[in-house]
Amino acid sequence: MAALADLTIAGARGLLGKGEVSAKELTEAHITAVEAARPLNAFITETPEKALEMAEASDKRRAAGEAGLLEGLPIGMKDLFCTEGVLTTAGSHILDGFHPTYESTVSRNLWDAGAVLLGKTNLDEFAMGSSNMTSHYGGVENPWRKSGDNRPLVPGGSSGGSASAVAARCALGATGTDTGGSIRQPAAFCGIVGMKPTYGRCSRWGIVAFASSLDQAGPMTRTVRDSAIMLRAMASYDPKDSTSVDRPVPDYEAAITGDIRGMKIGIPKEYRIDAMPEEIDALWQQGIQWLEAAGAETVEISLPHTHYALPTYYIVAPAEASSNLARYDGVRYGLREPGESLDEMYEATRGKGFGAEVKRRVLIGTYVLSAGYYDAYYNKARKVRSLIARDFAKAYETVDAILAPTAPSPAFGMGDKMDDPIAMYLNDVFTVPASLAGLPGISVPAGLSQDGLPLGLQILGRAFDEETVYRVAGVLEEAAAFEAKPTFLAA
Amino acid sequence: MSVDKDTVAKIARLARIRVEDSQSEALAGELSNILGWIEQLSELDTEGVEPMTSVVSMKLPLRDDAVTDGGYPEEVTANAPEAAHGFYAVPKVVE
Repeated sequence: MAALADLTIAGARGLLGKGEVSAKELTEAHITAVEAARPLNAFITETPEKALEMAEASDKRRAAGEAGLLEGLPIGMKDLFCTEGVLTTAGSHILDGFHPTYESTVSRNLWDAGAVLLGKTNLDEFAMGSSNMTSHYGGVENPWRKSGDNRPLVPGGSSGGSASAVAARCALGATGTDTGGSIRQPAAFCGIVGMKPTYGRCSRWGIVAFASSLDQAGPMTRTVRDSAIMLRAMASYDPKDSTSVDRPVPDYEAAITGDIRGMKIGIPKEYRIDAMPEEIDALWQQGIQWLEAAGAETVEISLPHTHYALPTYYIVAPAEASSNLARYDGVRYGLREPGESLDEMYEATRGKGFGAEVKRRVLIGTYVLSAGYYDAYYNKARKVRSLIARDFAKAYETVDAILAPTAPSPAFGMGDKMDDPIAMYLNDVFTVPASLAGLPGISVPAGLSQDGLPLGLQILGRAFDEETVYRVAGVLEEAAAFEAKPTFLAA
Repeated sequence: MSVDKDTVAKIARLARIRVEDSQSEALAGELSNILGWIEQLSELDTEGVEPMTSVVSMKLPLRDDAVTDGGYPEEVTANAPEAAHGFYAVPKVVE
């Protein structure tokens, strides 16, 4: 059974196709793995009965010759996607007991493709965080440990439960959402592949909203090929999301040809930040050599406004969050705290239902949008965002993709950086610029730190050119030959 | 930009979030730090730059102005802490 949970999506698909294993057997192995991994706290809700039902239905479809793209493959679903009849928490106390009466478009697409739901994965509250420590349901442990040091580490965030579950072999893949790095940074911390597609590629309908001009769903998997397979099933045009883009979904897997000869890869000089640890820089240099050895040409490029991306993000994202989170008022869902008047009820409910980081961001957002500050902060940030997008557009006139580190450090200890919000925000220094510009980016595990922790490299691409991103990522993955496994394995 | 306890109380009120007095001092410090840090944007000259309004260049789609959904109040109110007769129930708002 153990071997079944260690398969890749591509490998499991092959065995299912040949009839060597059934979706039910595969699912049973994963249910056992999910149980074995409970100490990681990667799942908020486990759905074993539903998983078995879905697996049995999948085996019937396959027998009838109706296999979808992900037929019979058990996955985890970040608990930010609304799932009909299944508790959906967004990691927040304020959504206590929320059972959606509808299904998000991305999860619907996955079930239509035949995927099986193992459970809802833990995350930072409302996806606000880079450590998974802000979840009302407790932090998630990274299955990796430093060599010779048994202290628990964070999986990154906000999609920390998904990253931890996939790395620990509890799920073949899992969904994530990325607003400023929430797929790519945890993927790097846990030694897996995390893809944030172009803004508009996956529908946001039914995903609990954080910052609507930035939020984008994507797959978290153990290989680049698995990522390509899963993204194809997730992506669609959806009239219910007015920013969803009406263009065909390509066969991303077919883009992984291994051939990047003649491609131009940009190396952004502004990403060489002062505080860059030696080992991250060394891995980046190694990545450049790998791509050159595969026949690509690397060129230094300039993204001059990089330094301003994080402060821009910390105006735009909280502003949108303060507006999106206005809906949690104790009237329509979840928690309600009593109050004498309607306003008192709102204030008591939101005071109790939101955690510290969510409150900070809603207050910052309220402040930057309030009369007298709107121009100085919010409009200023939207202008700088235009400049950041322009930087990328200019770079892509000469290069096909960009290579950069994913995060400025490996995974840190649970509880570290909690008393310094800005130090926590700096985790996203390499991921936020592409988020602001809406561009696709993938993190690929590329090496180990001196302490034996995984490090990721990031490939960024042009809007809606996920195919080039996958092509380069495939070459990077092959060259890096990352085969190290986490300290904790569920199977 | 320095935020004091009164400003915290004012924006907490705007955001409809109860902040206990015991927390507001610490929160004022945290918000001041964050706002001070984002203030660095003011060094940039953005004269004549259009603010971003659309992340990827596309025309916002329009659909016919017609009802496409609805007619199931019991589903809509299914998750309400208090609901009655297909409506949300709230504390009294009119004296």
